[in-house]
Amino acid sequence: MQLTDAGASYDFTIPAREPWSRVVRKGQLLRIVDVFGQQAVDTLFYNSADPAERYDAQQTLLAQNAAYIGRGTRLMSNDGNVLATVVADTCGRHDTSAGACSCESNTVRFGGHTRYMHACRENFILELGRRGLDKRDIVGNINFFMNVPILPSGEVVVDDGISTPGSFVDIRAEMDVLCVISNCPQVNNPCNGFDPTPIRVIIWDPTGA
Amino acid sequence: MIDTGAIDALSPAEHRARYLELKQAALSNAAVFDSASAASAPKPPESAEGIALATIPGGWYWSGRLARGQTLRIVNTSGTPGVSAFFWNADDPSERYNAGDTVKVQWNARLCAGRLLLSDMGRVLLTIAADTSGRHDTLLGGSTRATAARGDSSPHPRNTRENFLLAAAKHGLSKRDIGPCITFFADARTTDAGGFAWHDDPEPVDRHIDLRAEMNVLAILSNCPHPLAPAPRATGAVTASVLRAPATAAGLADRYRTPEAARALENTAALFCS
Repeated sequence: MQLTDAGASYDFTIPAREPWSRVVRKGQLLRIVDVFGQQAVDTLFYNSADPAERYDAQQTLLAQNAAYIGRGTRLMSNDGNVLATVVADTCGRHDTSAGACSCESNTVRFGGHTRYMHACRENFILELGRRGLDKRDIVGNINFFMNVPILPSGEVVVDDGISTPGSFVDIRAEMDVLCVISNCPQVNNPCNGFDPTPIRVIIWDPTGA
Repeated sequence: MIDTGAIDALSPAEHRARYLELKQAALSNAAVFDSASAASAPKPPESAEGIALATIPGGWYWSGRLARGQTLRIVNTSGTPGVSAFFWNADDPSERYNAGDTVKVQWNARLCAGRLLLSDMGRVLLTIAADTSGRHDTLLGGSTRATAARGDSSPHPRNTRENFLLAAAKHGLSKRDIGPCITFFADARTTDAGGFAWHDDPEPVDRHIDLRAEMNVLAILSNCPHPLAPAPRATGAVTASVLRAPATAAGLADRYRTPEAARALENTAALFCS
């Protein structure tokens, strides 16, 4: 399948540190491009017809018996349905166990002086609010392009990202889904190379329909 | 201490240096969690000091409230491979257990005595005050109807997902209020290949875990095996009780094993102006 920018039905650059959301229709393909490399993209999916059905990180890991997300991963909902499928991945490592940063958890991880720094949870609350959802609707998310190895010993470390400029993932919607993104503003760990950068989201309509 | 105004002015190299310093300290700190102590006392103390709350039959669920300072003891009286749990701030259930923060903030997914169960608000719901099992999983969570149907041919196999929906509903909460959970007495670990492996060394009878409530907590438990356990049906009942005896000074001090724990407990104390 040849995907060209000209054939896209939607093409948007999310500025560094900013949130974004959009409904991706069943069959449409969503590409998230890590334009500059090493940029964590905190992402949530909801069934747009009934947002109480939403992404479930634990069921997703269980369904593939895999600790990370990559090409072929079926992104599962809390009701056990497939929300979307990762059909292409030029990075090879995406986390879904370490959650999103917040002002509050920053104080615990890095010290009280980091409370008043922008965070993903702030982005999620504001963007979900535009869709009639609230803080209760934030669940364990996907961190595309974020490298969090979980060792058999249990050790969990946010390591340097392995995505390079232009790395992308393609996600095919298997139902109409609301996709909510926080372009992560964190500078206290390596998830954004200590320098948050813009990302690009592109949507193509189904081919051969 | 870096003052708040200066933090944004740090260069990427300075942020990296601070992160590497925290990482080095945290990974060194892992030694203060000695899981070997777990095996030394498999039998819980007699229940004279506790208020028996419930015997949870295999497949079933329980819910209850804990006041700040009370300790919930779960005893695996049947050696069943997994008891799943979820927790809310009883005073404001928009604050709830956060598995991601629990493993990320503590730099470790192997929970044991001395570790914290964190909320999404940088506070501590419960500390693990005692633990004779040392096998707990919060990466894969609990069973679902689909996982329970493997090896259970009954028309509607009992499972944690539905138990949680039922238990939450009885406190006015719904599936919007439920996030990734934790399963105690379940030894699932990641593998070097990036998958998960179940370590099927049978869980001995009567291992227990004590969870000290650091705020007022609404707790739900589901007595269904971990989704990777070979048999989807619980081997029998487990018990939940609240300990009557207050924590000792040594017990309270034992919660402060890491700088992260100290900061999370400080955040929690602020909620109670104490």
